[in-house]
Amino acid sequence: MVDYFFLHVLSFAIWVPVLAGLVVLATGNDNKPDTTRWLALLGSIVSFLVTIPLYTHFNFAEGGFQFQEFSRWIPAFNIHYQLGADGIAVPLILLTSFTTVIVIISAWEVIEKRVAQYMASFLIMSGLMIGVFSALDAILYYVFWEAMLIPMFLIIGIWGGPNRVYATVKFFLYTLLGSLLMLVAFIYLYFQTGSFDIADYYKLQIPLNVQVLIFLAFFAAFAVKIPMWPVHTWLPDAHVEAPTGGSVVLAAIALKLGGYSFLRFAMPIAPDAAHSLSGFMIALSLIAIVYIALVALVQKDMKKLIAYSSISHMGFVTLGFFIFNNLGLEGAIVQMVSHGFISAAMFLSVGVLYDRVHSRQIESYGGVANTMPVFAAFAVLFAMANSGLPGTSGFVGEFMVILGAIQVNFWFAFLASLTLIFGAAYTLWMVKRVFYGEVANEKVAALKDLNKREFLILALLALLVLALGVYPQPLTDMTNATVTQLLSQLAQSKLPAGLPSGL
Amino acid sequence: MENIRYDLITALPEIVIVCMAMFILLADLFLKPSNRITIYVLAQVTLLTAAYLTVSTHAQGVGYAFSGTFVDDAMADVLKLMIYLGTSLIFVYSRQYLQLRNMFRGEFYALVLFSVVGMMIMVSGQHMLTLYIGLELLSLSLYALVALDRDNAKATEAAMKYFVLGALASGLLLYGMSMIYGMTGSLNIADINHALNTDGNIQSVLVLGLVFIVAGLAFKLGAVPFQMWLPDVYEGSPTAVTILISSVPKLAAFALVIRLLVQGLGVHSLVVEWQQMLVIMAVLSIFIGNVTAIAQTNLKRMLAYSTISHVGFVLLGLMSASINGFNSAMFYIASYVFMTLAGFGMILLLSRKGFEADKLDDLKGLNQRSPWHAFLMLIVMFSMAGVPPTLGFYAKFSVLQAALQAGFLWVVVFAVLMAVVGAFYYLRIIKLMYFDEPLDHHPIQAPMDMRIVLGFNALGLLAIGIMPQSLMELCLYAIGKSLN
Repeated sequence: MVDYFFLHVLSFAIWVPVLAGLVVLATGNDNKPDTTRWLALLGSIVSFLVTIPLYTHFNFAEGGFQFQEFSRWIPAFNIHYQLGADGIAVPLILLTSFTTVIVIISAWEVIEKRVAQYMASFLIMSGLMIGVFSALDAILYYVFWEAMLIPMFLIIGIWGGPNRVYATVKFFLYTLLGSLLMLVAFIYLYFQTGSFDIADYYKLQIPLNVQVLIFLAFFAAFAVKIPMWPVHTWLPDAHVEAPTGGSVVLAAIALKLGGYSFLRFAMPIAPDAAHSLSGFMIALSLIAIVYIALVALVQKDMKKLIAYSSISHMGFVTLGFFIFNNLGLEGAIVQMVSHGFISAAMFLSVGVLYDRVHSRQIESYGGVANTMPVFAAFAVLFAMANSGLPGTSGFVGEFMVILGAIQVNFWFAFLASLTLIFGAAYTLWMVKRVFYGEVANEKVAALKDLNKREFLILALLALLVLALGVYPQPLTDMTNATVTQLLSQLAQSKLPAGLPSGL
Repeated sequence: MENIRYDLITALPEIVIVCMAMFILLADLFLKPSNRITIYVLAQVTLLTAAYLTVSTHAQGVGYAFSGTFVDDAMADVLKLMIYLGTSLIFVYSRQYLQLRNMFRGEFYALVLFSVVGMMIMVSGQHMLTLYIGLELLSLSLYALVALDRDNAKATEAAMKYFVLGALASGLLLYGMSMIYGMTGSLNIADINHALNTDGNIQSVLVLGLVFIVAGLAFKLGAVPFQMWLPDVYEGSPTAVTILISSVPKLAAFALVIRLLVQGLGVHSLVVEWQQMLVIMAVLSIFIGNVTAIAQTNLKRMLAYSTISHVGFVLLGLMSASINGFNSAMFYIASYVFMTLAGFGMILLLSRKGFEADKLDDLKGLNQRSPWHAFLMLIVMFSMAGVPPTLGFYAKFSVLQAALQAGFLWVVVFAVLMAVVGAFYYLRIIKLMYFDEPLDHHPIQAPMDMRIVLGFNALGLLAIGIMPQSLMELCLYAIGKSLN
């Protein structure tokens, strides 16, 4: 039994939360929401525990896929149920299962209508996202990738704000459009290799013009998800309308799916296209970092501000990918994980205020620190982390990417480091307006400080943000071997021998 | 003597159903209205018997009966089994609807069984006239069924429209057949193919005949530009008949396409011709079907346009003109049939006396009225939209890969973009069910058997979506054994 578990850790990581979600859905009773909540919490904790062996049993020296599983699924198309995780996937899987626990706790008394459906959606989505991170078969990956849209669509649509229908339909259609183009690319690769195995795709020699088309098809899917400028417009809408838990999962994990997929598919399958389009990708990343940060500066809605800040921070991730060096790539991965914690914490903080005052507008607040001192301390910490203060996790990733960029081109690094100014400007200015000054109105005067549940989740996240900021080594140790291997893979041309590269 | 015996055994399922249909018609006269449930049971038993006979006479090879005009191959048997299953589901879903509208009579069951025989003959026809007779038997039964609710003006209008346009299409088909006959000297599918193969010269009359045949087929399938009848007929017919028109006959139409275009006119120089026609029809169907569906407020009408777009996807598989393509088209059409059955089944389930539940707004807030049924409809809608892990995804996946293999990259990209447009109106249904407040607070009344069967039908879309291998292999087996 124990052996069986260790041979199928990834399957357990995927299916335990899905199963827990189905159980919650089936036993859910809106008249007894507490039972449902405890059951969901239990499910999420068990789901988190089954992912722990991914860290404890991880071989740090190995750069390839570990915990591999293989069984036949659809022989007619040579599609297999094939799982595996490397040093990039494992941190993201752990992030996913951890965030799910946080989200379940954060929804405790906030969500009152259709509790079972809410909790089940998050549990099922958690399993599906872990599936995306661990699938080694393109169709299996695609199924998880698309299936996770369904719970997210429902979460925003049922529990979201006033404009939720517009936001959720836009989110779904944007993502679907990109994904279907990716599917066409997968089918093309299938005809070239005769399978949907990612490892076969890695070995395939492809002429440059085809590589560019494949890369663009992947780009359509992943750039939307990350999201990169100019296909980011769904994100602020989705974030603003989503319930707190939905925003947390979107920012902390869903965006990482796009980043991860660039590393898993677009770059290693079409490395020559990635190199030749790197200027384009870097330009888009820098626009996101600088321009979107400026957009964030003028936002009046706190959630919208954090959404734009997310896009700007994800710009660092794509910048780190496309400068093709060790520091940049590793920094990008650290940035993904760190952004997972920070954005989750920021959205939860907004959630804390929203639950009390029912407004996300900055102007509705002022002087919150007078009535909620403990909460203000947390919020300031997270704001500092979001603006990249040394000692917090936000600093590590951005600093590494900037160091990596300076090796390539001084101006890349210069433009990217502008974000340290802009990031501080928009985050701290928001904090100032919300938390400091005179108590703005009666609602703020009547605020009660954090309850135990809110304290627990914010304290957990604060701990992680500081821990990763002071001692990022466990994470970088994990990614190191994989990043080295990936970079050597990216350095090899996959153009067919004997053909001029322009063909 | 031996021949006659073989002929009769091969056509035994058809013979049994015809006899039973006539018996039902007769028995209906002697039954008290309170005992009419017997007829329902008889009809179901008939289908079950036919299924048993089809399975037990299933042979590995290809058998010809009635002097080569009737064929018994794997494709015919598999399609027939799907037709029985689909029809049986229709009987379950429609019973309460018919009872509440005073249409629960022998005629309905007899006509449906006659249409089933028509479909079976289309599936097994190996001669242009046999195919034509099957088609007419199916069509005439359907015309009568649409008008079954005599006093309903809308239904009568739909029946007229269907009849006039259907007759025109049959005429086109016949005209095309006569030209093919003139050029090849035979009406037998195998002989036509043989004649075309030996005489390498393809004359323009032959191509003209092909155009008429393709037009007639397109009408029966409901492909653009021959789709005009579809929305009106879907909307005007009683839902218990719409569910029939929209589902199982498409299986027979698929078989008709395979028999005529692939087995009969499937020589290279003609394939190139019909491939071009199918490409245009596929692209137009996908485009017009998806775009027009967005503007609909009537659920049946919306599903009609959705059917047109699904037909476009089937054509995408057929136009690939390869075993892979036909296989994927068959997989698609089988998936489509069971998705449609579940979709219309849900409309039938939500309807009650004096309430058709065929407006989009009637679905509002279904999740609050019955989370279970909303969930089932959610699966159906995502399956129609082609979102994994539902069956509809693999259907789209398999036709797209077939078309891509045949080299139609840009057609595939176009179809993919249109699938996103299509997703919009399916999402709207989900939006109505999950995000809106209910307008209608009546409790859902439906017999237990219908709830259970519909549950299996909809969950089946999910289950086969997770494990699609069995259905894929079934289609592969059917096509692989029948087409070489």
